[in-house]
Amino acid sequence: MSSEQDHLKDTDTEARFEFKKEQNAAVKSDKGLTEEIIRMISEDKDEPDWMLERRLRALQQYQNMPMPSGWPGMPDLSGLDVEEIVPYIRPDVDKREGVDDWTELPDEIKDTFDKLGIPEAEKNALSGVGAQYESEVVYQNMQEQWEEKGVIFMNMDRAVQEHPELVKEHFMTTCVPPSDNKFAALHGAVWSGGSFVYVPEGVTVEMPVQAYFRMNSEGMGQFEHTLIIAEEGSEVHYIEGCSAPKYGTHNLHSGGVEVFVGEDAHVQYSTVQNWSKNTYNLNTKRAIVEENGTMEWVSGSMGSKATMLYPCSILKGRGATDTHITIAFAGEGQDIDTGAKVYHNAPNTSSTIESKSISKDGGRTNYRGLVHIADGAENSSTAVECDALMFDNESTSDTMPYMEIEESKVDVAHEATVGKIGDEDIFYLQSRGLDDDDAKKMIVAGFIEPITEELPIEYAVELNRLIELEMEGSLG
Amino acid sequence: MARLELTNLHAEVAEGGEKILDGVDLEVESGEIHALMGPNGSGKSTTAKVIAGHPAYEVTEGEVLIHIEEDEFGDDIEIDEDQRTWDLLDLEPNERAALGVFLGFQYPAEIEGVTMTNFLRTALNAKIEEREELFEDEEEDEAAEEDEAGFETSPMEGPADEGEIGVAEFQGILQEKMEQLDMDEKFAQRYLNAGFSGGEKKQNEVLQAAILEPSIAVLDEIDSGLDIDRLQDVSNGINALRDEQGTGILQITHYQRILDYVEPDHVHVMLDGKIAKSGGPELAEALEDEGYDWVREEAYGTA
Repeated sequence: MSSEQDHLKDTDTEARFEFKKEQNAAVKSDKGLTEEIIRMISEDKDEPDWMLERRLRALQQYQNMPMPSGWPGMPDLSGLDVEEIVPYIRPDVDKREGVDDWTELPDEIKDTFDKLGIPEAEKNALSGVGAQYESEVVYQNMQEQWEEKGVIFMNMDRAVQEHPELVKEHFMTTCVPPSDNKFAALHGAVWSGGSFVYVPEGVTVEMPVQAYFRMNSEGMGQFEHTLIIAEEGSEVHYIEGCSAPKYGTHNLHSGGVEVFVGEDAHVQYSTVQNWSKNTYNLNTKRAIVEENGTMEWVSGSMGSKATMLYPCSILKGRGATDTHITIAFAGEGQDIDTGAKVYHNAPNTSSTIESKSISKDGGRTNYRGLVHIADGAENSSTAVECDALMFDNESTSDTMPYMEIEESKVDVAHEATVGKIGDEDIFYLQSRGLDDDDAKKMIVAGFIEPITEELPIEYAVELNRLIELEMEGSLG
Repeated sequence: MARLELTNLHAEVAEGGEKILDGVDLEVESGEIHALMGPNGSGKSTTAKVIAGHPAYEVTEGEVLIHIEEDEFGDDIEIDEDQRTWDLLDLEPNERAALGVFLGFQYPAEIEGVTMTNFLRTALNAKIEEREELFEDEEEDEAAEEDEAGFETSPMEGPADEGEIGVAEFQGILQEKMEQLDMDEKFAQRYLNAGFSGGEKKQNEVLQAAILEPSIAVLDEIDSGLDIDRLQDVSNGINALRDEQGTGILQITHYQRILDYVEPDHVHVMLDGKIAKSGGPELAEALEDEGYDWVREEAYGTA
């Protein structure tokens, strides 16, 4: 074990999250990212030729692209060795059938819930699709109801087999092409698992579509791909939760999310993610929004060594709307570089970005945002608000909001606040009976409230609890 | 019954060492109303903050004791002979709160995202729990803590654990107290002091006192910035604290005005970090008419 991992073991919080699962690899590849490995993955999944070709093309693009560099203040990726990491996907792929029953989950994962201090009832709710009998019945009823309306919700690997036309048209073509960036290219080559959601014209899916825990239970969460297609006038809320730690020992997560928001459609994509602290979390998430469509991104980013994540909306149609609400938490040795991108490419489009970050024990958070308003996107408006909360003088927080405004008839607002958790605030709560820890927890819970109120209660509880756990050990 | 006792209290600013309190002696008992008056900078607010345990001040000499009678916290808590007197200076602010000391702030903090309901219920439960910890023997205490690990302190609104006041029960308590204070029920879902007017903040301080039922409440300029209607509401609330819960009140104020509604049993004048003169309600009237100079003259022999 490296000294770094030793160090990670040092804190209680870390001990709670550092779960290791034995890898029982059926097939083991050589180290290094090669065409042979890509072919092996594709074959293992019985993929059609066109998908294999896409993978190979992405691999080529990956090999020809340089690592991102020259971004002011970008996280240090020098500890990331992709050549060392990629072979680890093989044992993961092995488990692609996944588990659909709580009892089949690895003990480590069940143990995680216990360590998180989540009561039985909550576990049942959180384990989502699987777990308990009652929730299973509910889930199946929902499933049937959706299917009758033509809604598709399935594993992305299966979607390649069962809905090739839809996937062929949308998968890493116009939204996130592999050429977008080096890690999108890597993702295109080695992607595995994830969710496919299709909502037909005019259909509203009332309950959130949840992929809580799915990535974990399928053991392939590191390069999962999520593709959401919401046709004209449809509405869906997709939630991806992964608050339990990854049980692998991987140290790269490079996910891809593509969302197609049709005319007058409304998609909310929410995610609460917590990565083990040796993970490089480098993702590409993007939505294309047609006329009068609405895209809402809600995300809580926890854990990881370094995160680079800037969910993006391209407001392509007139009157399209985008909302971003993000929260980031960085503790010791963590660099969370996250934000939002919005391209206003049509008139009357609007966007709001609300970014919140918390840093402690020398952790760093950075808001990196880009709002682009194209020439001709008249009467568009954008409002960006970034709030940073710091626990101590060692922690840092930066704000890098880029604005590219090519149109003059627009309304642009930016506001940023940075503050340390106030001694007066803590004293006030203490004088009312809360101890120091609880006072800080309450202030942080209040700070992230705009996120938690957007999430179903079980996710909100979970997010709060995770942040509480992160805060433990450093307080006292 | 409870009694707060400040003896020869000296305090200075923790960073910088500027001396502020220079030997304060003061006693407040359950059911009494004391007014603490004095010019700006005389040490009134510092006295309040030192009692509550504000970290910005360092006590260099003296004691702040609270004496608690056996029946102070009802039947649920058994108070041994040797646990009836506590030196507040040895305790954390939240422990002082659990012993029944309340500070009403002149400038209360604004906490975004935390609803009044959630905050007050958490505070009430924290106080109950802290009392148990202070008054139960240690072994039991540890066992109980292990049982509850991870659940008992969540600031999220959730199901109550054993011995806690649940959401529904608390709603009842809150509603009743808010009606008494003539507060709009919408307050319950607003964020703690966030966007409150000056008057609303003061009313909120009294509401918190009403809910936490302290033995001794120190109210720091609770009357500043209030219009006449609000002053009456706040005064009614303070009187109710004394009359219904037997709270002892230390009312810090500049003005006679509030004392027309909250009639003090004792009035103290603070000058240069100590109590220069004490008397009955007539003292406050004399101050209103004649200012502080005559007190200074009387105390020091100079004007």
